[in-house]
This record gives sequence, structure tokens and C-alpha cells, in this order.
Amino acid sequence: MLPLPDWARPFRPDWVTLVAIYWAMATPRLFGMAFAWIVGLILDVSQGTLLGQHALGLVLITYIITLQYQRIRIAPLGQQALIVTALLILKQTIVLWANGLVNRLPEHPLIFYAPCLFGLFLWPWIFIILRDIRRRFSIT
Amino acid sequence: MESLFQRSAGYNLKLAFLCILSITLMTVDHRFNHLRFIRSLLSDAIYPIEYLVNIPSTVMDTVAENAKTQTMLRHQVERLQSENQAFKVQQQRMDMLIAENKRLRQLLGSAERLQHQVLIAELLSIDLDPFRQQVRVNKGTSSGVYIGQPVIDASGIMGQITEVSSLSSMALLISDPSHAIPVELVRNGLRSIAEGTGQSDQLSLLYLPQNADVRVGDRIISSGLGGIFPRGYPVAVIHEIQYPPAQPFAMVYARPTALLDRSREVLLIAVQKKLSAAETESPEKTRLAPKVDAVD
Repeated sequence: MLPLPDWARPFRPDWVTLVAIYWAMATPRLFGMAFAWIVGLILDVSQGTLLGQHALGLVLITYIITLQYQRIRIAPLGQQALIVTALLILKQTIVLWANGLVNRLPEHPLIFYAPCLFGLFLWPWIFIILRDIRRRFSIT
Repeated sequence: MESLFQRSAGYNLKLAFLCILSITLMTVDHRFNHLRFIRSLLSDAIYPIEYLVNIPSTVMDTVAENAKTQTMLRHQVERLQSENQAFKVQQQRMDMLIAENKRLRQLLGSAERLQHQVLIAELLSIDLDPFRQQVRVNKGTSSGVYIGQPVIDASGIMGQITEVSSLSSMALLISDPSHAIPVELVRNGLRSIAEGTGQSDQLSLLYLPQNADVRVGDRIISSGLGGIFPRGYPVAVIHEIQYPPAQPFAMVYARPTALLDRSREVLLIAVQKKLSAAETESPEKTRLAPKVDAVD
């Protein structure tokens, strides 16, 4: 939610989704689909998008992670980043579809996927930081 | 410790339920206005978070303000004083012109122009959906903000309020692709509609024929026809005109005079209240029903 300069706005990484992915993966019992849905709804309200589009994206992602978290968790960091990027692309596509249905398409739909690419590079850092936090407070 | 391979069968059901719920919400939100209440409730609930997010930039502003040297401040005061002087001189002429205008209008038997009340609000520096041109403002229904209220800054029209909650509200800027504002050219009164393009420095003027009398540098003001924006506020300056041979209309682009991406303080004009109190037969009065979805 932090403000960025104008030129950087389309490239802003999707922090909320990245963090949500981590918690869904590390603590699937705490961060379930219902929680993801509520987070998505809050995101929709604060960003002024259609109520439910981020929620839908986050729920789908969390569903995939809940089924596969044991595999994703043991993958090396590089592979994990790729999986996360794929998830981010899935979520962006859902948001894009929702935008397209109500005629709010951005001018260049490809720029829409830029945050996913940033997610690829940011994931290792997010993973390490959040893992340290998780260990410090021993959340399982 | 739960079993490693335990898979609760509820996942699929839960997924289906939440998906259907989301899609229903989206449909209802898009088609009807029933969710406005829920939305305003939720945005009240997250206002503390937004306030927290806003703190760093507020602190930065305060620090920058405190770090100014005395000479800088003195310069600023001098500049402001001379500006104030200039404004006062202009004001003297304005008073005379207003009086004269009033008299002439009385002679013509037409309605008086209304003075608008303004409310000063500040932008919350929160990053919103990067593909919509919106801003969040720190005044809500508790300060009398209503949906459809025009938002201006010191140099022109910025947009209109589209969502209100009790402490904050969302304004759609004139540069959003789903926003259009009825305008006219100052030079010859030619009417058009200025539609947003999604870029904060460009509007496009619709339905101007190829032979229309438009020039680069023409100033455009709001025409007041839509019933939402009051007449006569500056909107944009034309900076590019193209005449594509195969099209019936010229492509005219204009740059908004308001600093859409830089203003921190905005003014909300109270049109509605004033009108209900005024006893004048303004031609705008009848059209001023709060047409909320006129922009979509």
C-alpha cells in the first residue's frame, strides 16, 4: 500500500499476495482459504476495485497451495520463486478478467503482468524475512 | 500433530463456496448499488490501517518543513505576501465585476450565478489500483461529503467523489478512462466531452468534427451541463490535434490544468447544499439530482 512515484506504479509488486502465499505455504492450518478471502476483500475495498476480484484470486491461489504445500515447501528457493510467479500470474489473470468483464482494461495488458516478474526476484527475500519472523515467534 | 497425509474433503467444497461468493459479490457490485453500505463499512474498518500507512509520508513532510532554514522561510513569506497583494488587487476588480454582472443579469431577467462553498481535504497517500485513476481523500460523510461531489485543486477540476464512508472517501479523477466531463472552449463556447485516457496528463475531447474551430493552446472549462460539475471551472488546455483522414471526428488531446498526480490538498465544492438553500431559478437546479452513475 506504500505510495510509489508515478512511473513505478504499474510495476509495484503485489506485496499482499506474496505475503499471503508465504503464510498459506508455511502455516496452512492457520492461513486457510476463508482467511485469504477476507484479506482479498480488504484489498478490494482499499484499492477501490470491484468487490471480490482480489478475493477470488487469493482464494484460488490458497486452494492450490493448500493441496500442494508439502511439495512447494521442500523445493529449492529458485524453483519456489518460479512456482510463486506462476501463482501470481494466475491471480493477475483473474483480476484482468474481472477488469475486462466490466470494461476497465488497462491500455497495455502486458504491463499488467510486470508485478509477477518482480515477484520472481522478490520471493527469496520475502521468504527469508518471513521465515525468520516465523521462527522468532515460533508460529507453526 | 496432525497426520502428514491428511486431506480434508472440505477443501473443494470450500473453494466452490468462496468462488461463487466472490463472483456473486462482483456481479452485485457491478450491476447494483446495494453494496455501497458494506463497502463504506469496510473502508471505515480499514481506515486505521490507511492512517498508519499515511504516517511515514506525513512525518517526512513535517521533517522537511522543520528543516527549512530561516532564509528559505523568509523568501517564502515574501513570495506569499506579494502573491497576496496581487490577488487583493485582482479581487478589487472582481468585486466590481461581480456587482456589474449581477446587475446585468437582473436586467436580463436571468438567474444569478451561485457562489460555491468549499471544504478543504487532504489526500491520503495510499497506493490504489494502479490501473484506475483514483485518489482517497481524508474527509467523509461526517464532514458532509456526498457522492458526485466535484473535487478541484487550486488550478482546476480534479474529479468527483464516487464512494463515501464516514471518515474517508474515494474520488475518481477526470483522467480515468471511465470518466467523462462535459466541457466547453473558453474562446468560442464550443461544447464537447472530455474523456479520461488513463494517463494523468491527458484527456481526449470527443465528437469534435474535423472542421471544428479548435486550436492548440485553447483553454477548456466545465460547461455545467452534466449537472455534477459547476460551470466555469478550468479543466484542461488543448495540446495536440490530429485529423485522421478516415474518421468523421478530429482527435483532440488536452492536458488537465489540475495537478492530478501532485496535489496534496484538494477542495470539495458543495453544490447541492447551496442549491437547495438558494431560491434562484437556476437552469442547473433541476438537473442537479445526484446522478451518481453518470460517469460509468
